[in-house]
Amino acid sequence: MKKLIIALVTLIPTLAFAAGGSHVTLESANIDLHDKESLQRGLDNFQLYCAGCHSTQYQRYDRVANDLGIPLDDMRAKYMFDDSVKPGSLMENAIPTADAAKWFGASPPDLTLVARVRGEDWIYSYLKGFYHDENRPFGVNNTVFPAVGMPHVLQELQGLPVKQEDGSLVATGGKLTAEEYDQVVRDITGFLVYSGDPVKLERESLGWWVMGFLFIFFVIAYLLKKEYWKDVH
Amino acid sequence: MVKNIVDWIDARIPMTATYNRHVGQYATPTNFNFWYFFGSLAMLVLVNQLLTGIWLTMNYVPTAEGAFASIEYIMRDVEYGWLLRYMHSTGASAFFVVIYLHMFRGLIYGSYQKPRELLWLFGMLIFLVLMAEAFMGYLLPWGQMSYWGAQVIISLFGAIPVIGDDLTLWIRGDFVVSGATLNRFFALHVIALPLVLVVLVFLHLIALHEVGSNNPDGIEIKKNKDENGWPIDGIPFHPYYTVKDIMGVAGFLIVFCYVLFFMPEGGGYFLEKPNFEAANPMKTPEHIAPVWYFTPFYAILRAIPDKLLGVIGMGLAIAVLFVLPWLDRCKVKSVRYRSLTHKLNIAQFAVSFVVLGYLGAVAATPALTIAARVFTLTYFGFFVFLWIYSKNEKTKPVPERLTH
Amino acid sequence: MSNAPVDTGRRRFLTAATAVVGGVGAVAVAVPFIKSWNPSAKAKAAGAPVEVNISKVEPGQLIRVEWRGKPVWVVRRTEEILENLATLDDQLRDPASVEEQQPVYAQNAGRSINPEFFIAVGLCTHLGCSPTYLPDTFGEQVEGVPSGFFCPCHGSKFDMAGRVFQGVPAPLNLVVPPHQYIDDRNVLIGVDQGAA
Repeated sequence: MKKLIIALVTLIPTLAFAAGGSHVTLESANIDLHDKESLQRGLDNFQLYCAGCHSTQYQRYDRVANDLGIPLDDMRAKYMFDDSVKPGSLMENAIPTADAAKWFGASPPDLTLVARVRGEDWIYSYLKGFYHDENRPFGVNNTVFPAVGMPHVLQELQGLPVKQEDGSLVATGGKLTAEEYDQVVRDITGFLVYSGDPVKLERESLGWWVMGFLFIFFVIAYLLKKEYWKDVH
Repeated sequence: MVKNIVDWIDARIPMTATYNRHVGQYATPTNFNFWYFFGSLAMLVLVNQLLTGIWLTMNYVPTAEGAFASIEYIMRDVEYGWLLRYMHSTGASAFFVVIYLHMFRGLIYGSYQKPRELLWLFGMLIFLVLMAEAFMGYLLPWGQMSYWGAQVIISLFGAIPVIGDDLTLWIRGDFVVSGATLNRFFALHVIALPLVLVVLVFLHLIALHEVGSNNPDGIEIKKNKDENGWPIDGIPFHPYYTVKDIMGVAGFLIVFCYVLFFMPEGGGYFLEKPNFEAANPMKTPEHIAPVWYFTPFYAILRAIPDKLLGVIGMGLAIAVLFVLPWLDRCKVKSVRYRSLTHKLNIAQFAVSFVVLGYLGAVAATPALTIAARVFTLTYFGFFVFLWIYSKNEKTKPVPERLTH
Repeated sequence: MSNAPVDTGRRRFLTAATAVVGGVGAVAVAVPFIKSWNPSAKAKAAGAPVEVNISKVEPGQLIRVEWRGKPVWVVRRTEEILENLATLDDQLRDPASVEEQQPVYAQNAGRSINPEFFIAVGLCTHLGCSPTYLPDTFGEQVEGVPSGFFCPCHGSKFDMAGRVFQGVPAPLNLVVPPHQYIDDRNVLIGVDQGAA
């Protein structure tokens, strides 16, 4: 019986691995949620390039400022333009959804949770995946999101990538080098990963305390059990 | 002082007598092994679900417009809301882990056999209600998987001849899954089914304590009593099994809290990725899979190339477990003293169940569909074979006293 | 059952240790349940300090702003009103504002930082109704006092510094919320003077 269980348990990872097949190979984003400066740059670029259309409507300005280590006054000066926006306000959309639907054919989705839906590697690869395609309305297509309905908003940074015969993308005419652009994309990805699960770092640090406590409790409970079961054995 | 209070209460309700009957002097076999932790753990998880569930309703909004946002509100704006929510979502999966292991324990040690048939039936009813509870609870976050999963499962009832379409309409209260469906599922999830569940758990325990616990040797400790009428191989539940179960709880919590704090999505199996996107009736996710604990039955449904027969097959896969006590005609309970045929049959059943669970979670391909059909056959084969060979099964001699 | 002698001391110690550690765990588990009842980030955002521009308030006029879901009054008092306040002491329950119904910096004759502007939570200290401001007809309630606040629910009366008159149900003066002057024109309600 025991052998059978062991055999079953060893079988599970093999099966799970077989389930993880995806059509496009994604690049690893390698983000680090402890790197506050990266997240701050990510927020900055997100607000500059993405927030015009995409909201992060479940997040609040003061919470983000606090979590990313940005003084509230800086947060206010840089990202909160409307008088009706208070520090505790939700980071809602800049353009009305109905207008957006008219312009883009579909309203740009809220991105608070996109990292939990798609995964960080997908976002990283997506932002690096735009390439020139004249047949598309905005003149660009995307390797990980075919027939994408969004322009390449980071084109001024990256330049316009052209698909080579071997399938690789080569960008020219951007303000940044390829490495610098990768970092910008990594920062934005990091910010979105943070947005999807803002409590992650707190949760994990609390988790270690809980684990430590439970180990102590387990040892004591084990000794107690052993003590009483001396009667039986 | 304390004694006076106890006497006063005992003169009015049988408090001490009840305690002694069910805890203090409940004779428990001495040889419980690892498999016997899961009953008390199921109780722990039930309490966890009830408490965190009550607390979640304090901030959850059961409307199509507000449900998804209210979950994010709980996760972000309510102090420790994320912890309560993850305790509940991880608890749901933990409930099924514990219950499946608990059922498997009953299966290998013959705990469903005479005189424990009713105990087993109450357990099966608990399992059934738990599945309904989990299914309805899964709609509440109102994510894409919540919505489309419910759409698919409710549509299954449409396979029933004549009344099917009207029945699905009645269950949903609308032409598609909508706010009306959400509202009624919410009511059932937070009050109706938990009440039924608690009553069934109570009956399950009463039934257990009436006939006494089975054990890994599958022999009745009550047959062997000392001069005071106490089973020689029995020990009082308290303190021996209370201290042992506390240890079990601590061990379980280490695993549970690890998942809770470090991988609350459970690799996308406990909280599925598409469910972080709000329900959109206009757009179906690429690949719909139920949560992992339903996938074995879902695989059986998909394996059968006919809507009605598929639904019947799935229902039968659960229903057949109800009649297990009467399918097994062997007098020996524990797998330890039963034939090699039975051991192999249980092994193949466990493999079938796990593989079906995997197949139900991944997208169907022609090859995998054939695999699902094979394992559907072996799943049901377990019960058919059991019924055949158990009549005249060659068993090993069962010892008189418990072994350790 | 074996008949080996039992080490009761060890047994008692381990039982106590398990109970104590388990009890600590139970208390820790209760923390998130209890804390989740605190005001959420949404409630805190809605209860954030409110900035009021007072430059356009006419003498004798009352404006209302909402702070933490409560009506807060800003009344601009004239010289006559302020002079009248000083004459009422023997008719009031707590003329010197001894009870802590106001921040220390408003524990003065006018119950305000700037005597010209009276700022108070507009809820009666009896049962929470919002009293009516009677700028001209308060004399019908209290002779010789031209303006004041009258609660329609149970007839409590307050003067122009929110001080309660004797012989009415309300026990205490109106609450003065924490507030500070950002500059001559703007008041921030909800943050104490001197606090950041």
